[in-house]
Order: sequence, then structure tokens, then C-alpha cells
Amino acid sequence: MADKKVKKEKIARQVMPEQEAAVRAKNFEEVPMGQSLETAIIEASRCIQCKKPACVEGCPVGVDIPGFIKLIQEERMSDAISKIWEKNSLPAVCGRVCPQEIQCEGNCIIGKKGEPVAIGNLERFVADYERKKKSADKPKKAAATGKKVAVVGSGPSGLTVASDLILKGHEVTIFEAFHKPGGVLVYGIPEFRLPKEIVFSEVAGLEEIGVNVMCNAVIGRSMTLEELFADGFDAIYLGVGAGLPTFLNIPGENLTGVFSANEYLTRSNLMKAYLFPEYDTPVIKGKNVITLGAGNVAMDSARTALRLGAKTSRIVYRRTMDEVPARGAEVHHAEEEGVKFFFLTSPVKFSGDENGRLTTMTGLKMKLGEPDASGRRRPLPIEGSEFDLECDLAIIAVGAGANPLLTKSTEGLELNKWGYIVADEKNGKTSKKAVWAGGDIVTGSATVILAMGAGRQAADSIHEYLSIGW
Amino acid sequence: MFKIIKRQEMAEGTVILNEIEAPLIARKALPGQFVIIKATETGERIPLTMADTDPENGTITIIYMVVGKSTAIFRDLKEGDSYMDVIGPLGAATHLEKVGKVVCVGGGTGVAVLHPIARGLKEIGNDVTSIIGSRNKDLLILENKMKIASTKLHICTDDGSYGHHGFVTEVLKDILEKEDIKMAVAIGPVPMMKAACAVTKEYNVKTLVSLNPIMIDGTGMCGGCRVSVGGETKFACVDGPEFDGHKVNFDELILRLRAYDIEEKKSYDHYCNLQKA
Ligand SMILES: Cc1cc2nc3c(=O)[nH]c(=O)nc-3n(C[C@H](O)[C@H](O)[C@H](O)COP(=O)(O)OP(=O)(O)OC[C@H]3O[C@@H](n4cnc5c(N)ncnc54)[C@H](O)[C@@H]3O)c2cc1C
Ligand SMILES: Cc1cc2nc3c(=O)[nH]c(=O)nc-3n(C[C@H](O)[C@H](O)[C@H](O)COP(=O)(O)OP(=O)(O)OC[C@H]3O[C@@H](n4cnc5c(N)ncnc54)[C@H](O)[C@@H]3O)c2cc1C
Ligand code: SF4
Ligand code: SF4
Ligand code: FES
Repeated sequence: MADKKVKKEKIARQVMPEQEAAVRAKNFEEVPMGQSLETAIIEASRCIQCKKPACVEGCPVGVDIPGFIKLIQEERMSDAISKIWEKNSLPAVCGRVCPQEIQCEGNCIIGKKGEPVAIGNLERFVADYERKKKSADKPKKAAATGKKVAVVGSGPSGLTVASDLILKGHEVTIFEAFHKPGGVLVYGIPEFRLPKEIVFSEVAGLEEIGVNVMCNAVIGRSMTLEELFADGFDAIYLGVGAGLPTFLNIPGENLTGVFSANEYLTRSNLMKAYLFPEYDTPVIKGKNVITLGAGNVAMDSARTALRLGAKTSRIVYRRTMDEVPARGAEVHHAEEEGVKFFFLTSPVKFSGDENGRLTTMTGLKMKLGEPDASGRRRPLPIEGSEFDLECDLAIIAVGAGANPLLTKSTEGLELNKWGYIVADEKNGKTSKKAVWAGGDIVTGSATVILAMGAGRQAADSIHEYLSIGW
Repeated sequence: MFKIIKRQEMAEGTVILNEIEAPLIARKALPGQFVIIKATETGERIPLTMADTDPENGTITIIYMVVGKSTAIFRDLKEGDSYMDVIGPLGAATHLEKVGKVVCVGGGTGVAVLHPIARGLKEIGNDVTSIIGSRNKDLLILENKMKIASTKLHICTDDGSYGHHGFVTEVLKDILEKEDIKMAVAIGPVPMMKAACAVTKEYNVKTLVSLNPIMIDGTGMCGGCRVSVGGETKFACVDGPEFDGHKVNFDELILRLRAYDIEEKKSYDHYCNLQKA
């Protein structure tokens, strides 16, 4: 056994081919180009099939990682995808966007001495392979129960609930405010990181097995929850995400050229402003672009700006590289493509010209003080250290909040002090009978896989309710 | 898909009326609310106020001025054609209140937005004096409907071809001078709303305006529609579109509306060239 282990570790982690940084910084095609069957099998062979797999503990939904990797080793791809589907209905998405380095891969035993098994890449590989081959048996639908479930929001959380409950025999309708389903996966995360075709094919798969997807339905405005119940829905799941932009509340923020990341990314991704004028929606293409914040949203914005022709794309962040919350791969890719980082800098104001267009951001230098409540050292301003950065586009990506549109129109729904819905951690039940919630609208901005995990738990609870009672 | 069941040209073809099948929206819409409309797969999301609704027939009516590419695409749709996406009702409804004497001022296509509000105000027992204006007689819209929706109607044209020769603000001032007006509503091009608010401010008459910043989602998600009201940032799509006109920073709105000047022209020319070819 020990022998075998040593041998396995010798094979290097298979590197997924990527577009050259200089080339990809000018197009919207996906950065990592996917793996061949051969390299996937080699990569799979690096997994030593731990009896107590630490990787699984790192995965929020507990994908049977050694299980599906073994099936890749045996070249049983349809079985591999079925194995993943048991826990994760969107592997093509998760393989691409999960923060693997702090989840599954961060826990992989092989990673203790060398590079961990590329679990994310393998998950992506199996899913992409299956999407092309369509060889695996889709999970079977249970007999119809005659119960109707409304899912509000078509992000990863809502899609998971819909997928689970349709298989359990319930009738499911998804209500989506936008004209296209997918949530952040289509309006936020850019094409070069997650091709939209993948998301649409997942949704098409759900429609094929009977999920009804109603776009252009803004629940709270088009219909209230009470009206949904009156229309015959037995249970409602709220997966509306954290769709409220945060602004900085500093002078000059309403100048033309200052965007929330939500607006900037929605224009570019969902509305396809990068294909303007074939697509009608424009976006300001800055020459010198500043992005405020350093999470995934900020990386996506800064990298989109480059692709739209920016000469400089800079990330301005109050803390240091150690505190950057974005996925490792995103920071790495951004740096490779030429995004520059200004750490320990806080924005003070924006200034513009006589036409109200942004020309300058004034920043203030910071230093790190004592740790704050989050355990991170608190950035403190250095008096008199103001300096100017030239810019014609500034994207504010410092977080999102709870959008009150639906919650304000709904009586009896308990919210916390930030406006997020209070839901039972174990099953997603809210304070309102027959209403569940999960994903970013409960936790605040988190991750795709956590939103899906919450969806899975709620789906189980909804099924129990529809079979037994509240 | 949302079928156009009636199409009508107004103001010499510069303004178009569409009645659209949208039963779910029709059953919920209230005066002052708007929809977001997208005609095609590649189209833009365009906010338009509902000029009317018919819950029984399940239709809504929009009236829009052709100003750029998207509205030109809308213009080229015929009766029986469909819009791909219609989303709504969005925005807060007008707070209709019985206050006594009210003056309603409308300019250009703003009259279409004003009409359901004037009608609503009159229905609940207000004495509604309306003033509507346009550049010339042929560009005036909804005269008859406004006559019915108002106790008294004044008309102004910039060139004097019909009604009072001059701006709506002149008649407005006259009315405020003579009558005990409790509230005003002003809807039209931003410079008109700004001027009307400057007048009503002199007389300390609370004035409602309906703002039209550039929007995308219309659900408070992007912040693109932000306007400054009383020194605070508001999202017009959810906090508005109606606001207290005396508190609105119109100059900022005017600048923000020009954000895509260059792109819009490019886009419109692109469309016109395609149409010619
Ligand atoms: C730019 C960006 C990059 C990100 N990158 C990553 C990443 O790399 N890895 C990762 O794990 N996570 C990432 N995240 C976070 C992740 O996308 C979210 O945590 C996740 O999408 C939350 O899923 P959700 O289903 O709760 O909500 P969302 O994905 O936000 O979906 C909610 C849906 O509900 C709809 N909706 C809202 N209100 C209503 C209403 N009243 N009626 C009907 N529909 C409504 C919205 O239009 C939306 O489609 C990123 C987020 C952003 C914005
Ligand atoms: C709540 C609201 C209600 C409105 N109601 C009406 C109405 O009832 N009738 C009517 O004629 N017009 C109305 N408008 C204005 C209408 O939306 C614009 O005229 C339309 O978007 C122009 O699009 P375009 O592509 O034809 O022209 P463009 O060439 O794209 O633009 C012309 C001008 O319209 C504005 N505009 C452009 N894109 C948008 C956008 N996405 N959202 C808002 N404004 C934009 C810009 O300021 C621009 O200068 C309303 C706007 C809002 C916000
Ligand atoms: S779902 Fe995410 S965390 Fe879980 S195994 Fe897949 S990539 Fe890793
Ligand atoms: S921890 Fe690593 S080596 Fe062990 S089962 Fe998981 S992936 Fe394989
Ligand atoms: S249009 Fe996006 S917030 Fe108002």
C-alpha cells in the first residue's frame, strides 16, 4: 500500500491547457480549454482512493469524489457522471467556479506533500464529456404526486430545488425576473469563465424533464406569494440571490462612468454588450479602468474591462494580497492578463469633467492595524496620503446586499437586520408556512455550491412537507 | 411572446401606440407603473410607462416616441407581430390622493405617462386642470383623452399653431397665480420638468415628476437608474419613477442620460443602414 502511494505521487498534476494570456485578454472565449480523455485518466490515477476521504469533507455537498474518480480511472464516464449527479446537479458549473483550493482540493491528502488531485478539473471533464455524448441515463422521475411547487429565482439554488423536486414527482415552475434563466451564472460570471451555453443546456435539461421555466416574472411585482398560493402552488422556494448593489457613498459616485459591478457585468454578459452593435445594449469601454474590491466579482470586472479594450485595468483594495477573497485561479489569471493591483488603498472621491464624465479617482493609502471582528487586520487610513488615479471607468465591486423588492411585498417573512431572509439552517424553512429560502438571499453573497447545497436541503424538506406536512 | 393587437401612429408617425397582449401584467398594473420591453433576441431592455391597461381583455398600451435604435425596431413591428419579452408591472404606483385642486402638466410623449395619472386623480374627486404642450399642432398627442381626464384642459404649442403660443410653464404660472392649487404633476422632457418645478417651487406647490433615467433590470439590482433626490441616491425603478420634483437633481439626470450618446448614434446608424440595404 505504502509502495503504491509513493508511485502515485510521482505523476505530476495534469495542467489544463489555457489560452495564452496576451491572446485571451482580448477575447471572450473560455480561458482553460478543457482536458483530453487521456490526461483526465492520468489525473484520475493520481487519486489514491482514501478510505476516509478528506476531500469529501471539504465539499459542501459531499460529492463522492473517490467514487467518481475511480470510475474515470476505469473509463466508465456515464457511471462517473451519474455518481456526481447523486450530490451535484451542476458539475460543469462547479468544476469551473468552486473555490476548490479551500474546499475539496484544499483537503486532498495528496496536496499535503505536493499538488492535490485536480478534482475540479475532473468534475468539469466528466460533465463536459457527458454534455457532448449524452450517454448516461438521466435520473428517473418518480410517479406524479399532483403537488405544485413554485421556485422563485433561477440561480444555482433555484435550479437545484427544481431539479430535485421534479424527480420526486412534483410539478415545478421556476419564476425568473430576467428574460433569461441562470441567475448570477448568466448575468454575473463572464463567458470567458463560464460559457453561457453550459448554463442554458442545464436549464434545457430541466425543461426536458418537465420543469416549467417562466421568465419575465418579477415575483413581488408581477405576482405576490399570496397570489402564487391562490393559483394552486403548495410550496414556494425563494432563491432570489443577493441582488442589491453596494455603493461607496463617496462624492462623485453618480458621474457617468461609475458603475456597480452588477450593472457593468449585466450589460456585458447578459445583454452581450461585448458584441455591440450586433447586440443593442452598449457599455462604456474605459481606457483606464479601476475596479474597487478584490473578490471574484472584482476579478471578473477587471478582466472584462481588459477584454473590452482597456489600456490599464487596476484593482484597488483596502487590504493586502493575503486578504484577497477571490478564487486563487482568478487572481492568477487576472495578473497574467495584466490587471494591476493597488493594495492598501481606499477610494475617497470621484471627479469628472464638465459633461459629468469620470476622469479621476482620489485614493487614500492605508496601513494594517489590529485584527477586527472577522479576524483580519483592520485597514487604517494614513492621514494626508491622498493621491489621484486617472480613470474613465470605475466599477464598484465591494459586495452585494439583500434586494428588498420581494421581501417587502411579502407579509410574515422574518428578515434579519441586513434584510436577508431568516431560514432554518438545516432545512431552509422560513417563518412563513410553506415557504422556504436558501442561497445568497439567506447567507449573503456566498458561493454557487453553497447555494446549491441549501437548495438540496430545502428540496428534501419541501418533499417531506408535501408528503407528510409542515 | 407578447402579441401586438393594435398599432397606431400619432404625431406624424414620430410617436407610436401599441396595445399588447400581456394578461398577467394587465391584471396587476396601476397608474404610474411601467414595463420593460425587449423586442428581439439581440435587443435592449427598454422601459416604457403603461399609458393604459385593459385587465378584462388582458392588454396593456404603450405610447413611445421613436428616438433611437430600439424604438425604431419597435416602430417597425406590425399588428400581429410580437415583442419577445415584456416585464412588469415595475416601479411604484402613483400615490393618488384627494387634495382639491390639482394641475397636471405634460410635454411631448410625457402626456402619455400623465394621462392615467390625471384620470386617476379626477376619478377620486380632484379638480384637475391640465396643460399639455408640444412643438406644433401636429405633434400633439392624446388631446381628447386628456380632455376627458381633466376638468379643464389648456394646450400650448411652441410655434403657436394651436392653443397658447409658448411654453407650458407660462400657462402654469398663470394658473398658480390665480387659483388655489394644492398639488402639481409635471411629466415630459427633463428640461420641461425642471422648468415646471422651478415655477411651482415659487408658489410652494408640491410637484410630482416621473423620471426616465437609463435602466436595465428595473428591479433595483444594478443601480444604473440612480438619481439624486434631496441629496440622497435613489433607484428610480423601485423607489420611483415618481419623485418630489423640488428635490430632484435634474442637471445630474440630464448628464447621466447622455452616457451612451456616441454608442446610441452608432447603433441607430447601424440599424438605418441595415434597413436601407
Ligand atoms: C460576478 C460574480 C462572480 C462570482 N464568481 C463565483 C465563483 O467563481 N465561484 C462561486 O462559487 N461563486 C461565485 N459567485 C457567487 C455565486 O454566483 C452566488 O453565490 C450564487 O449564484 C448564488 O446563487 P443563488 O441561487 O442564491 O442566487 P443568484 O444566482 O443570484 O440567482 C437569483 C435569481 O433570482 C432572480 N430573482 C431575484 N429576484 C427575483 C424576483 N423577485 N422574482 C423572480 N426572480 C427573481 C434573479 O434575477 C436571479 O436570476 C460569483 C458572483 C458574482 C456576482
Ligand atoms: C420609467 C421610464 C418610463 C418611460 N416611459 C416612456 C414612455 O412612456 N414613452 C416614451 O416615449 N419613452 C419613455 N421612456 C424613455 C424611453 O425608455 C427611451 O426613450 C428609450 O429607452 C430610447 O431607446 P432607443 O434605443 O430608441 O434610443 P437611444 O438612441 O438608445 O436613446 C435615446 C435616449 O433615450 C435614453 N435611453 C437609452 N436607453 C435607455 C434605457 N435602457 N432606459 C431608459 N432610457 C434610455 C437615453 O437618454 C438616450 O439619450 C421611459 C423611460 C423610463 C426610465
Ligand atoms: S462540488 Fe465543488 S467542492 Fe464539491 S467536489 Fe465539486 S468542485 Fe469540489
Ligand atoms: S483526498 Fe485526494 S487522494 Fe484522497 S480520495 Fe480524495 S482526491 Fe483522492
Ligand atoms: S434599473 Fe437597475 S436598479 Fe434600476
